[in-house]
Amino acid sequence: MEIPWDIIVIQTVNGVVTGMILALVASGLTLIFGIMDVVNFAHGELFMLGAYMGVVTLAATGNFWLALVVATLIIAALGAALQVVTLRPLLGRDPLYTILATFGISLVLQNYALWQFGPVARKIQEPFTGQFALFYLQYPWYRLLIAALSAAIIGGLYLFLKYGRYGIWIRATTQDRVMAQAMGIPVPWVHTGVFAMGAGMAAASGVLFGPLVGVNHAMGLDWVLKAFIVVVVGGMGNLGGSIAASIFISLLEAYASIWVSPSQAIIVSSVVLILTLLFRPTGLFVPTPK
Amino acid sequence: MSLSRHARTYWIGFAVIVGLLILAPLVLPEFWRRFLTEILIWGLLAMSSDILIGYTGMVSFGHSAFFGLGMYGAAAALLTVKPPNLWLAIVYGLAGSAAVALFVAYFSTRLRDIYFAITTLIFSQIFYVIIFTWTEVTGGENGLAFSRPGFGIPGVWTTPFTSTTLHWFVLAVVAGSYLLLRRLTQSPFGMVLQSIRENEARTRAIGYPVERYKMVAVMLSGLFAGLAGVLYALQNRFAAPDFVYFVVSGEVVIFNVMGGIGTLVGPIVGAAFFLGLREGLSRLFPYLATSFNLPYLAEFPYLVPVGLIFIAMVIFMPQGLLGFAKRWLNR
Repeated sequence: MEIPWDIIVIQTVNGVVTGMILALVASGLTLIFGIMDVVNFAHGELFMLGAYMGVVTLAATGNFWLALVVATLIIAALGAALQVVTLRPLLGRDPLYTILATFGISLVLQNYALWQFGPVARKIQEPFTGQFALFYLQYPWYRLLIAALSAAIIGGLYLFLKYGRYGIWIRATTQDRVMAQAMGIPVPWVHTGVFAMGAGMAAASGVLFGPLVGVNHAMGLDWVLKAFIVVVVGGMGNLGGSIAASIFISLLEAYASIWVSPSQAIIVSSVVLILTLLFRPTGLFVPTPK
Repeated sequence: MSLSRHARTYWIGFAVIVGLLILAPLVLPEFWRRFLTEILIWGLLAMSSDILIGYTGMVSFGHSAFFGLGMYGAAAALLTVKPPNLWLAIVYGLAGSAAVALFVAYFSTRLRDIYFAITTLIFSQIFYVIIFTWTEVTGGENGLAFSRPGFGIPGVWTTPFTSTTLHWFVLAVVAGSYLLLRRLTQSPFGMVLQSIRENEARTRAIGYPVERYKMVAVMLSGLFAGLAGVLYALQNRFAAPDFVYFVVSGEVVIFNVMGGIGTLVGPIVGAAFFLGLREGLSRLFPYLATSFNLPYLAEFPYLVPVGLIFIAMVIFMPQGLLGFAKRWLNR
């Protein structure tokens, strides 16, 4: 069989682009998990609502970049509110209850979005429509820009965690919640802040991804499932691992969809998940535990 | 035979409730008769997942896979074997769910807590994708429709189900499953499961093969979930991929939490509460819309208030309706 190099190159580019968006979603998820042991089932819904906020702001102002910023800020505020109202009372209880609470949130948000925005998919106009030739395709520059922007946001997050004053608070809380509290760090507010950051990142990825597919109320489901796979494969609570796993899984799915339909490609990532669980249950991209 | 006072109250209560459920279809109109049967079926599904959530401390977000495979197993028996045979449908359905349960149990029981929940969720999604895309066999998005088999001994005597006799049949299966599961949870096996929930490391240290117990628990739970799937297929005469979707698994967890985990009866109460809320709210909003002239309310999704009630219950009433009622009675 002849190897279709052109298709493979195209799919590599596609895989990296979706991988970067997935990394943006998953790094919020893994940050929230790492710091407060909360598996956020509502993460996909925050992604979806972010995209809708983008649609609404874009329709009102006509400026894509403004829409991106406004959607991120609104959803970050919503995330902070959700954390204070529903997750803070559950602090110290079995993590099961936080899963259930976020599952409830996701039900409410998804059905609310269906009612508010209707079942018809909305479209976000991409900020510019330039294209370049990639073999037989006219490949939009915008997709590469998404990948670059996602990488920039994640890089910013990394620098913030590494050097920022509040970033150090976050890392201290992740390592030892009680000790951090004793050192005068306002742990409950760190939790709220991290949830807001994760929500904002999900919203940003929603707006960035919006132009590629339509925006509809169920779009969060696919993403949250993929993000879960990525977070488990990358090692729960491990930021670098989730980013590597995002790109790895997206590349695999992109290559798989050369031969099978895209809806079946998720089986490939599921197989990766199963193999990871069998042979390296702590995650593929973490050092072997001693 | 002398029973303790507690046991006597229990059995009297059980007999009264079963008696009421036997009589109910005779007085209820057709719609509510079917509604009651459906509550029993969802209750059985929720009860099966209580074995994991309430007794072993493992939250399964993948019960839709077992339920769905029970449905499709029954469909396979009813569509390929002529004449359609009730008992064969049950056997096929149980075999289907058992196969899936074995697969899921083997991989997912290596993990604990949240990891277990996510893995079961993703497994159920794999089965959903397979069923959804394998159109030649499963009918894809449209699912499979079939006729309902009669009740009886094949070749000797059969009689078609009416909605009343189907209700009785479902009631018999659910009550039988309940008694069986209750016995199991009180047996030494059930005690080991509960000790895994309380302290897994210590259970292992005492010398119990924890992994094997967990696998058996998942398979047992999957079998009863498959049984619920068969009953649902019999009731509605179709199998559809929607029932394998993970939202169904989520609803099962909601039933458990609303009713009270670790009680077996609680999940049935939770299912009744949830389905009752759904019926009530999906009538309330159109009613409000017409009587107060608020047309935008007509399409308001009932899941928003149900979700809010659920979140409030998770925060303020984690022991569920049954646990709450018990505490209130003992006050």
